[in-house]
Amino acid sequence: MKKTYKIDVDCANCANLMEDAAKKTSGVQDATVNFMALKMIVEFEEGKDPKAVMEDVLKACKKVEPDCEIFL
Amino acid sequence: MQELVISILLTVVIIMASVVLVFIGSRKGGLTKKQRTMMIRILITAVILLSLQFISAEAFDTVDNYLFPSAGRWIRFACYLIDYFIIGYDILRKAAKGIKNRQVFDESFLMAVATIGAMALAIYENGEYLEAIAVMLFYQIGEWFQGYAVGKSRRNISNLMDIRPDYANVERNGKLEKADPDEVEIGSVIVVQPGEKVPIDGIIVEGSSSLNTSALTGESLPREAKAGDEVISGCISMTSVLKIQTTKAFGESTVSKILDLVENASSRKSKSEDFISKFAKIYTPAVCYCALALAFLPPIVRMLFMGLSADWGVWIYRALTFLVISCPCALVISIPLSFFAGIGGASKEGVLVKGSNYLEILSQTKYVVFDKTGTMTKGVFEVNGIHHSTMEDEKLIEYAALAESASSHPISKSLQRAYGKEINRSRVSDIHEISGNGVTAKVDGKEVAAGNDKLMKHLNIPYQDCHSTGTIIHMAIDGKYAGHIVISDIIKPHAKEAIAELKKAGVERSVMLTGDAKKVADQVAAALGIDEVHSELLPADKVDKVEELLQMKPGKAKLAFVGDGINDAPVLSRADIGIAMGAMGSDAAIEAADIVLMDDDPVKIAKAIKISRKCLRIVYQNIVFALAVKFACLALGAVGIANMYLAIFADVGVMILAVLNAIRCLFVKKL
Repeated sequence: MKKTYKIDVDCANCANLMEDAAKKTSGVQDATVNFMALKMIVEFEEGKDPKAVMEDVLKACKKVEPDCEIFL
Repeated sequence: MQELVISILLTVVIIMASVVLVFIGSRKGGLTKKQRTMMIRILITAVILLSLQFISAEAFDTVDNYLFPSAGRWIRFACYLIDYFIIGYDILRKAAKGIKNRQVFDESFLMAVATIGAMALAIYENGEYLEAIAVMLFYQIGEWFQGYAVGKSRRNISNLMDIRPDYANVERNGKLEKADPDEVEIGSVIVVQPGEKVPIDGIIVEGSSSLNTSALTGESLPREAKAGDEVISGCISMTSVLKIQTTKAFGESTVSKILDLVENASSRKSKSEDFISKFAKIYTPAVCYCALALAFLPPIVRMLFMGLSADWGVWIYRALTFLVISCPCALVISIPLSFFAGIGGASKEGVLVKGSNYLEILSQTKYVVFDKTGTMTKGVFEVNGIHHSTMEDEKLIEYAALAESASSHPISKSLQRAYGKEINRSRVSDIHEISGNGVTAKVDGKEVAAGNDKLMKHLNIPYQDCHSTGTIIHMAIDGKYAGHIVISDIIKPHAKEAIAELKKAGVERSVMLTGDAKKVADQVAAALGIDEVHSELLPADKVDKVEELLQMKPGKAKLAFVGDGINDAPVLSRADIGIAMGAMGSDAAIEAADIVLMDDDPVKIAKAIKISRKCLRIVYQNIVFALAVKFACLALGAVGIANMYLAIFADVGVMILAVLNAIRCLFVKKL
């Protein structure tokens, strides 16, 4: 399943870091951050609850870039 | 001298900050809250810094006489420290968090280390605190400007692509009401006033008007539409009121699909973007280790082996300069921005690119393979002649039209048009379509075969060859040859120009593939100046031919296939890049292709290639420029020529220039 989230982040490199962090989160198959459109597209693994996974993704992203925001 | 330059710079900063706050800040939506606070901080810091500039260290030292010894020195330090915290507290906080989260190599950390280091050196020497604060100040200005410029261009590009209709007029109880297009059900009738966008795809039930399709196709000539015609959302009705019965939901309408496609396009990353993000991951740590080496190795070597003094201060300062240069942001920001702007500019011209990667591949295209029908020719076939007919011409056409009644192939359509009457499907049975050959069917109980010479050979029926160019439909009724129908296609008006433009754009080889007869294909190719033709191909043969060409082409060159998206989906996906044209309203084409030309004008193919070349040129310019400046500054920093001001230019200045350069991708109208 694929879902798109709005995000807020200031610098392009930080967006790349967020992408990496999201990809490494368990339950996430693949993630892409589109800095220009300020969007994060997350593909979840089969049978995972997107809500719970996204909480972890947000936590992981906050770790690499304290200033970022994902609008869940 | 340097002091004077800095004072002037600070004055400029103060003026700029005030202007920004007063003029942009007062406009509605001009600045976000974050941007405003930051600008105020920049202003305060610059004012304090400038005033501290006028009080020399000696002036502070006079305080010593009233208080304890060296009190002046500490008071001076405190003044600068406060200023430093005003401008840099968020960076310091972020750096601390970074250390806690083991994210050492982020730019806040680098800036924090560099400026704290510079402050420490200044305390030690009771020297220039100015530098650390100024570097932090310029860094913040750079960040602010980057945020502002990116936000602004993001908004500009989005506005450019904003073809999203806000409402649909629905008639309720005799009154027009504005409804959310999402809530309009399929089959309801909507009203479009002159000057309004058609919000949802549908069929005109009442009224006729000129439609401006430029938002979709980039074509400025209006299109006439009357009752019974299909209209596509995103067109603007120019002259009169239209009543439209919707055939799709808003989410499935052309406008929504296009917006979705373009907005998500920059999510598919190009090789250059991948390269840069990989590079950034290596570059920053590498420069940091170099800085560490630069801080310790030379002093130790000097002390132990050369018998000189270690000069710790000098080398640490040089190492700190390194840290300032090490942020890769200029690169990381400008590349996606260039692609985003390129995709935005292209969509304005009616060229939809599904991803940055496709823009990149398109720019390397050396081979262009065309489908003939619908791409180079109009695909509007007309019956041009009937020869050797054994019965009345009308009767022959009638049989042909009925036999082909189940097919949606352009040729069948033209036969049906030539017949001109309602087709009674119940007269036809046992339809067998033989791909690439034709059809056989039972019409009024008679065995009718309609197709090319292959079909006749297959059925063992002797046939008469034809001397006219065009598609020849041989007819056999009850196993006997009954004559043939000549159908020919019209070459598109700009097709010849398009091939010439492609050659000019650097395409080395143009190839046309068609299922049509050799004679027709050769004639079209000769008229257009196409290098190579392969005719009489079945759909599967087209894939084979493309495979063959893919094998033949030199390593880096890419092959593009251009088709109309009807029954060439396998070839579109097999080629390095698939271009579908005339896609207004054709979902299949939008699905299958990587690049979609909304218009059916072949000149747009060359235009798309030129746009991609320009965009990629700018991307490479930015990569080369940013890397060159960074490495030059690193080298100068290592030998001690570059100071921190130069370093901050290498970081922030380059980024601003790169962003401005990237914006140029947006301007593609004149290509």
